[in-house]
Order: sequence, then structure tokens, then C-alpha cells
Amino acid sequence: MFSGKVVLFQRTRELNAKITEFLNNISESSLLFSQACNNYMENGINEDFNSLLNKVSVLEARNDQLRRNIEAQLYEHTLIPESRADVLQLLEGTDKIINLFESRLYQLSIEKIYIYDNLKPLYSELVESAIRAVEALVRSVRAFFTNPTEVNHHLHKVMFFEKQGDMNSTKLKRMIFDNENDELSHKIQLRMLCDDIDSIADISEDVADSLSIFAIKRDS
Amino acid sequence: MQAEFLFFLSGGLLLGFISGANYMGNIFGTAVGTKMLSFRSAAIICSVFIIFGAVIGGGGTSATIGKLGMISTMSGAFVATVAAFAAIFIITRTGIPVSSTGAIVGGIIGWNLFTGRAVDFSVFTQIILSWIASPFISCIFAMVLMLAVRKFLHKVSVPILYQDTFVRIALILTGAFAAYSLGANNIGNIVGVFIPSLHITSPEFFGFLYLSPEGELFLLGGIAIAFGIFMYSHKVVNTIGRGIYELSPISAWVVVMAHSLVMFLFASQSLHSFLVSHGLPAIPLVPISSSEAVIGAVIGIALLKKGRGLQTRPLGRIAVGWLVCPVFAIVISYALMCLLSIKVEA
Repeated sequence: MFSGKVVLFQRTRELNAKITEFLNNISESSLLFSQACNNYMENGINEDFNSLLNKVSVLEARNDQLRRNIEAQLYEHTLIPESRADVLQLLEGTDKIINLFESRLYQLSIEKIYIYDNLKPLYSELVESAIRAVEALVRSVRAFFTNPTEVNHHLHKVMFFEKQGDMNSTKLKRMIFDNENDELSHKIQLRMLCDDIDSIADISEDVADSLSIFAIKRDS
Repeated sequence: MQAEFLFFLSGGLLLGFISGANYMGNIFGTAVGTKMLSFRSAAIICSVFIIFGAVIGGGGTSATIGKLGMISTMSGAFVATVAAFAAIFIITRTGIPVSSTGAIVGGIIGWNLFTGRAVDFSVFTQIILSWIASPFISCIFAMVLMLAVRKFLHKVSVPILYQDTFVRIALILTGAFAAYSLGANNIGNIVGVFIPSLHITSPEFFGFLYLSPEGELFLLGGIAIAFGIFMYSHKVVNTIGRGIYELSPISAWVVVMAHSLVMFLFASQSLHSFLVSHGLPAIPLVPISSSEAVIGAVIGIALLKKGRGLQTRPLGRIAVGWLVCPVFAIVISYALMCLLSIKVEA
């Protein structure tokens, strides 16, 4: 009886563990991203920055592997047939975020963008709003798998931090282009960095919008 | 067992074979259609439990069907079952779902009309009233069950992956119960008409297991249904349940559960005796339509969502099928009797 019970839920437990690891990796990479950005603004490219970038890359590669594994398991064993497509869309959406963390850090590492001191606090705030949006999203995705009634408790925070990110981004762009002593090419480079960091919160909001529909479907 | 008996019984076995596909569709159609269960697992569970239900609990409704026309010859029973089989076969070809219960009642009435014997009006009324009542009862059961499940899931939050496993287990257990109830309730349609003219001796299985003549008949009918499930139901199973309303795995479970409770209510001799012994109004032991019970339950689920997404056009076709099938079976049965000019013993 006991072994039967173990076999019955073994597959479910394995899959649950993979989804938990996948979400933990996104959460961890958001913290690493924040540390790496702050480190870059204080010290530029150094050993610590490269080490943080490597850690994010490792997590990104691991999450790609986990996502493929989860997708294969869901289809091979025809698990949650009704919500399978929603779950896959959710995992692919959240996986994009960790890709963005990695690509933004590579952008800094390759382009070695110079950031004026007066812009640094606003860039930090922009990074902060982006990672807070991601953290709220990760909490809502966890709730979707464990307790769908709680999904909405976190979703509204994603929208809040995305809006805050938009405000910071607009303010930052005005400051960039108000600087008459800077070259246009540098201004454009700074504006692009601003847009790229802000897009993390935008993608989080897109995933959150889909998630709210999935939660309604599950609840009905 | 005589060859002549087996020949006449073949009408019932054919009816069992063709009904098997519909039974499987009604019980496991939504579970297989939503990919919660494989066809093979569902077919094995369905066959085994239908046979159990037929052999263990098939007596009550078979007696009612036997009383309806009191067909006293094997040849008469043969004609009634062949007419029911032909009616189902022809109407199913047009894509309209039919009820084996309606078909056999039509077959018996056709025989009665030809032989000039009166139909037992009290049994006939009982059957008709049960047919009208059963989808309504099933609808109410489904609504109550669905509300209870929703309330439970809101109170006890079950993680989605574990919920998936629980729903699969529930679908298997309820499907087994549904198959048992269906076997007990509907075996009367398949072989019930042969009971009044049954003159065979009880064989002994494996040196220790004895079956009454009726039990033996129910076993053969159950095996015919099982053959129908394996050989004929694959297509039905994959199309049923999506025609009138899109069901989720949980609502699919509710439909199967409501359906099996209704089938059980109209088949359980123990429940019948219990109600009678306590002076309560007894539920008649009548073979009801499995499709009617399923559709009643599906409508119940749809009503909880204010009927949104409910396809009304197929419902009209289904209702036409329920009315046309018995009439068609009466005509075929009467025509067959005229054609064969069977002399019925007084």
C-alpha cells in the first residue's frame, strides 16, 4: 500500500521539485542581476561583476534544461492535460526573464557603457523596480501551482512595479537628453540601456496578464 | 447449452455488442477525451465492472423488462432484440445518439402489437416516468456535486499537480462504480427479454462456482458488452462529451459520478428493499438510459455557469433520437414478426 502510494505520487513530486527549482533560479538570478548592476555602477567591470555574470549564465542554462525537461514530462505522461498549454506558456514567459538578466549583463560587459554619477541613483531605482516586479511575478507563479486563490494577491504588485519602472525610465531619459554636453551616440546608448532594463518589468507584466487569465480558468 | 438457445440469444448479444460502445462513451468518454486516462485502461475497467454489475446486480431491472411484454418464446425475444439492435445501428449511422433502453422497449412493444398481447401498462408507465425523471435527477446531482467540489477546492487548496493525480484516481474509481451501476441497470435491456422463456440448467465453473440460469445469461450479456467496448467504442469515446459542452477533468468526474448515482438508484435491489422495509416510497427498478443520465448531468454543469457555452442544437438532435428510436424499433419488430410469421405460443 505504502509503495503504491509512493509510486503514484513519485512523478508528481519530481515534477513539482523541478518547477520549484526553476522558479528559485529566476528569483536568485534577479538578486544576482541587482548585485551585478550595482557593482557595475560603483566599480565598472571587475572580477566580482564577471563572477556574478557567470552565475546568472549558469542559472540561465540550468533553467533552459529544466524547462525542456518539464515540458517533455508533461507531454510524455499526459499530465494536467487541461492546463498543460497554460503551464508551458507560463514557463516559457518566465524563462524569458532570466534570459533578459543574462543579456543585459553581457550588454554592460561588452559595451562598457559609461554612466554619469547623477544618473546612477535613477538607474539603481530602475533596476530595483524591475527586480521587484520579477519577484512579485515569481510569487504569483508559485501561487498558481500551489494555491490559485492567492495569485491575485501578488499580481497587482507586478503591475505596480512596472508602472514605477515606467516613471523612473521616463525621468531618466529626460535627464539623459537634457545633458547638453554629451554626444548623441552616448545619449542613445544610455537610453537603450534604460529601455532594456525597463523591458524586464514589461515582460513580467505580460506574463502576469496571461497568468491572471490562467488563474481564472483554473478557478472556474 | 443448446445451439438453438445460443442462436436466439445472439440477438441480445448483438444488442450488447453495439451498446458497449455507447456505454464506454458515457462512462469514460470525457476522461479519455481529456487525456486523463488511456483508452486501454478505461476499456479494461469498464468491461470488468460492467460484467460484475450485470452478474451481481442485474436481477431487478431485468425482471421489469421481462414483465413489460412477457415474451414467452425465445424466437419472440430474438425478434425484439434484433429490432432494437437494428434501430440503434441505423439511427447511429445518421449521427444521432440513441438509447438502448428505448430501443428494447420499442422492440418489445412491436412484438406485443403483432401478437395482440396487452402491454403491462403499469410497467410501461413506470419506465416512461423513470426516463423523464432520470435526466432531471442526474442534473440536480451534478449541480449539487459540482458546488460541493468547488467549495472543497476553495477551502482546501490542492496544488495543481497533485489535483491532477487525485482527479485521475477519482475518475478510475468512479468509472468503475459507474460501470458496475450501468451493468446492473442496463443488462435488463440486453438479455432481460429472454428471462421469461429461459429453460437452461446452471453450469458449474471451475468446479466450485455456480451461476443461476439468469446469472449465466447476465454473464453472457456482460461479455458481449465488453466485446463491443473493445472493438467498437474507440471512435465514440473520442467524440463524446465535447458535442454539447466543453468539460474540464473535474466537471467530467462530476458528470460520471452523477450518472452512476442515478444508474445505481434505479438498479439497486438492496436500496429498493431498504426503502420498502422502512415504509418509504421506493425507486422503481427500471433500466434507464445511460446517455440521458450523462446529458442531464452535463446540462447541470452548464446551468451552474448560466448555460454559457451550452450547444443547444445537438441537444435537439439527441431529444429527437430518444423519441425516434423506440418508434423505429416498434416498426422493425412488427415488420420482422410479419416477415417471419412467427407463431407465438399462447
